[in-house]
Amino acid sequence: MAVLDGMTALELIWSGDARLFQIVGLSLFVTLSATLLAATAGMPLGALLALSRFPGRHALIVLVNGAMGLPPVVVGLVVFLLLSRSGPLGELGILFTPQAMIIAQAILISPIIAALTRQVIEDLWAEYRDELTAMHVAGAQRVATLLWDARFSLITTLLAGFGRAAAEVGAVMIVGGNIDGFTRVMTTTIALETSKGNLPLAIGLGFVLIAVILAVNALAWAARGWSERHAG
Amino acid sequence: MLASPMRDRSNSLPIVFQDVAYAAGRTPILSAISLVIAAGPPTLLLGPNGSGKTTFLRLAMGLLTPVAGRIVFASGAELARRRCAIVFQKPVMLRRSAARNVAFALKAAARAPEPATIERLLQAVGLASLAARPARRLSGGEQQRLALARALARDPDVLFLDEPTASLDPAATKSVEDIIVRTAERGVKIVMATHDLGQARRLAGDVVLLANGGIVEHAAAPAFFQAPATATTKRFLAGELIL
Amino acid sequence: MAMQLRQLIVLLLFSQLALLLPAGAEDKAIVVASTTSTQDSGLFNFILPMFKAKTGIDVRVIAQGTGQALDTGRRGDADVVFVHAKPQEEKFVADGFGVQRFAVMYNDFVLIGPKSDPAKIKGGNDVVAALQAISKSESPFVSRGDRSGTHAAELALWKQTSLDPASSKPAWYREIGQGMGAALNTAGAMGAYVLSDRGTWISFKNKADLDIVVQGDQRLFNQYGVILVSPAKHPNVKQDLGQAFIDWLVSGDGQEAIRAYKIDGQQLFFPNANKG
Repeated sequence: MAVLDGMTALELIWSGDARLFQIVGLSLFVTLSATLLAATAGMPLGALLALSRFPGRHALIVLVNGAMGLPPVVVGLVVFLLLSRSGPLGELGILFTPQAMIIAQAILISPIIAALTRQVIEDLWAEYRDELTAMHVAGAQRVATLLWDARFSLITTLLAGFGRAAAEVGAVMIVGGNIDGFTRVMTTTIALETSKGNLPLAIGLGFVLIAVILAVNALAWAARGWSERHAG
Repeated sequence: MLASPMRDRSNSLPIVFQDVAYAAGRTPILSAISLVIAAGPPTLLLGPNGSGKTTFLRLAMGLLTPVAGRIVFASGAELARRRCAIVFQKPVMLRRSAARNVAFALKAAARAPEPATIERLLQAVGLASLAARPARRLSGGEQQRLALARALARDPDVLFLDEPTASLDPAATKSVEDIIVRTAERGVKIVMATHDLGQARRLAGDVVLLANGGIVEHAAAPAFFQAPATATTKRFLAGELIL
Repeated sequence: MAMQLRQLIVLLLFSQLALLLPAGAEDKAIVVASTTSTQDSGLFNFILPMFKAKTGIDVRVIAQGTGQALDTGRRGDADVVFVHAKPQEEKFVADGFGVQRFAVMYNDFVLIGPKSDPAKIKGGNDVVAALQAISKSESPFVSRGDRSGTHAAELALWKQTSLDPASSKPAWYREIGQGMGAALNTAGAMGAYVLSDRGTWISFKNKADLDIVVQGDQRLFNQYGVILVSPAKHPNVKQDLGQAFIDWLVSGDGQEAIRAYKIDGQQLFFPNANKG
């Protein structure tokens, strides 16, 4: 039974298995870093798309929305070819390192964050347009004001990006190489154990992964609640 | 002091509407509006719903562009409009405390958001004790007053108000009217839309009656209320519906 | 508050720059491209800590199919390749991508099959005859189909039967394009025959009703070789560290470490440096 088999993984947690903790720690480091990076790029882009009018805007919006569905393995492959020693960015020497994984995941989830931010900001702008225009708030100040006032909706956006990155295996497998103790994360470990036939362990690790993702979401929600009560 | 009473306000006033028209798509809203808003006591805009009062105010603030005619300011529109402020019928509170809303308005007006200034502004509208309260959790009347504080933070020469007490109870209405009167006494030109005749009687220096997108009458308050010039005005004052 | 927020944002931006700089770009580590079956056997987890204790060098193993591992070496993304496909390894060196090939160890392949044994080959020690029987009885057979060393060995054996199911693709020949564990899982689920290396088989935990049907044939012998990627082709190769690893593998210490690795009391790999 999968539930009983999952006990193996729980035993590992309970006994404080160092390797499991290292893998979970690396997974969180890679995905949280990627989310941060994607937010830095994606949120201003989303806000700009919401507020600016320029030729080709609609085409760009369709492109960004479509890019939400980029297959992780394809993103991984492209980043791999870029970062390989034989590729244009080979000099950086970061293939098969956690840095490459962070970059690949950040590329993967930037469209999600940009697209959802665009929608949130567009809706908020409809509400704020008169007031901000009357106060002559424009340009970067306008973007910053809207992003800050939308912060609670944007937390959900970040969680969406985080979830997508935490769940993917294709990109990190290819650019990380699943190196034991160095670039092995939860999802690649599950894939590896499955391919070795260790299905009980793989399922157990799957439950651990889901629990970790839920924990991050719970924390974010609690933070939002606290923040709302203090500054709503 | 919130505004310098001795300040020369001739940059922003008078505001001259020259045969201004506005349409939303193909629906005409205002036509042939010619009017001078001059320095002095408050100008009240009266008229039934849909008569174009809100559109008039938004045209004056530059939120809308006329489809015909011009709006002329003494010193040029761009400069003058920065010396104007507006309070909307349903003001939007920023997602932060009352004090920070005022600070935001100060910064937007290129004024230093100093705590002393913020406190004075909040005191003037009677919200000093609610400075730390999240603005979205204020009551309707309190939000209206905060919007006033934000507008006054700009130290405006002209303050436009769009039915600011329409959804308030009498007590809240009184406190808002008191603030408006005090502001007018300090030399700020008030241009206010209302459909409350009593309010117009209480506050107006001169009155503009709008109906069906046009100006029916523009007169000093005593003349308007006691000796109206047009039949429409008479019917309006008598409480009839103007179709 | 706004001041703190601005400071926080600046801090976040700088920390992201720091995140992206490769940590320890200059530390003592090499990348070794090897095969999934070697990785899955657990050999590396056993011998690499010994190497690190002796030299302080971190060995980062990328486990792929043999074809992919050699490609990684060709691209310069690894410092050393460690695979088991002698002809391909010799071509790798001949083409100038590798410095020199050293024999390290061998293990053997075994033919695995279902207890029902539809081709009636169990207990034999002639793998070529067994394959012919499988083909004749059209019993299901799972092939890795992934350019791995195991796949290459399987194809070489089919060649000796004068049959070519990889080209004719009959219905009973199932190519899955995945690693050894996945192939065994699939064979177990389908009741099919499959060629596996002994190491993966011993440590495979999902045997279902599979068992060894043919073993001991000389033709199932599987030789491993290690090659330093050529610094002439790829100057970024960590020549000294990579050579230290190769030297250790073929030295007494390394060979003894390989010999000492056991699963369920069985030795998996037989060191034979200078002989293969």
